[in-house]
Amino acid sequence: MSARGETLLWMAQRASAAVLAVCVVVHLAVIIYAVQGGLSAAEILGRTRGNAAWFAFYALFALAVTVHAPIGLRAVLIEWLGWRGASRTWFLVLFTALLAWMGMRAVFAVFA
Amino acid sequence: MDGHASGVRGVCVKKESSYWVAMVHRVSGIALTLFVPLHFWALSQALEGEARFDAFLAWTREPLVKLAEWGIVLALAAHLAGGLRVLALEFLPWRDWQKTLTACAAGLTLAAGLAFALAL
Amino acid sequence: MKVSVWKGGAGGSFREFDVPRLPSQTVLDVVTYIQRSLDPTLAYRYACRVGMCGSCAMTVNGVPRWTCRTHVDKVLRNERMEVGPLKNLPVIRDLVTDMREFFDKWARAKGQFKGGLTRRDDFARVAPDSENRRSVDVAIECIGCGVCYSACDVVSWNPDYLGPAALNRAWTLARDERVADNAERLRAVAGDAGVHSCHTHMSCTERCPKRLSPTAGIAGLKREILKSALKGEL
Repeated sequence: MSARGETLLWMAQRASAAVLAVCVVVHLAVIIYAVQGGLSAAEILGRTRGNAAWFAFYALFALAVTVHAPIGLRAVLIEWLGWRGASRTWFLVLFTALLAWMGMRAVFAVFA
Repeated sequence: MDGHASGVRGVCVKKESSYWVAMVHRVSGIALTLFVPLHFWALSQALEGEARFDAFLAWTREPLVKLAEWGIVLALAAHLAGGLRVLALEFLPWRDWQKTLTACAAGLTLAAGLAFALAL
Repeated sequence: MKVSVWKGGAGGSFREFDVPRLPSQTVLDVVTYIQRSLDPTLAYRYACRVGMCGSCAMTVNGVPRWTCRTHVDKVLRNERMEVGPLKNLPVIRDLVTDMREFFDKWARAKGQFKGGLTRRDDFARVAPDSENRRSVDVAIECIGCGVCYSACDVVSWNPDYLGPAALNRAWTLARDERVADNAERLRAVAGDAGVHSCHTHMSCTERCPKRLSPTAGIAGLKREILKSALKGEL
């Protein structure tokens, strides 16, 4: 990849990290609240389903994860497994697609 | 890699704190990358209806699963703290020693606090 | 005291020598004693002996250091010590490494000055207390000893990685207002082989005998590259 391409990856990684910093803190607060309440499936889904604001928040969260995780994984694959070339790129593209699909499905399952 | 002194083994090297913060950051990142797809899958079980989701929630109350959850929360807090350290080093004016200390403190506080809260 | 010294090439091994302990000794004194009195075939490098040239850099108890500035008292453990060649570089023989790739990477990082003025122009005026000049001054004293390169984990993981010394030098030039080729320099140091592979382990900063901080320089380059990319100049 070119210097320009790799710079864009770095920028995307830092930008998604900043978004995730906020999302993670909010998410952990929400989860602690839910766990302490001992909520059942019906109770949780009752509050989350049809909620547009939370849907948007978690969609953004899932998107940020989809950007951030594969770029981080890429560094580990190169440096610890010595994996270079097209096969690594394809693996990462597939992994990103998987995360995107599963993430959106999860967001829809809980918030739509 | 012929001729490189990679075979030169010797005494164990003492690494500085920045190395450990970076290692924790990397290992926790790997753990989270493995966890997240599972997490997404579990949540999408809700699509199959409430009974499925309830069964899943019941499973999460098992002690071993609670322990694993606590581990994931710890990993998340550690990864966040390590990440904030990297952002500070790359974007804020340079101060040599403060960065590692701050990150360690923040990470420990965050992790301990959240883990404790979850355990309640 | 018992001193283990690396003998041979990459496929060599540690050999133990019995060396008399004196009240004031450096590791370089010890290596010199071994070569003069015990094993004349021992190959090692040194020059100034007083911490100015960086030639005597070796791995002492797993850590890269200047052996002329390492007192034996500081590193002896149970009357034992281990001396090897610098890591991350090919071993020529015993304690001598091939430094070519270290300096080649310096060149690849555009670590040479290329100005835009000619002899017919007036002198460049650089204010010593300007922010740019001050950031150059704290990083300029590098003598190319290779200790940081040897300490760097990413260098050992990624053979293409330019390394802390080369990138630090590129930083001092990136902030030098007389330089004419900064766009090329930023392109040369961006990416996986360059600054974006630095994960801020800070081994370089920890070990630099001149107390430089390549991590700081690399962070500075990351910011310069970001600015350049946002302006569409990268």
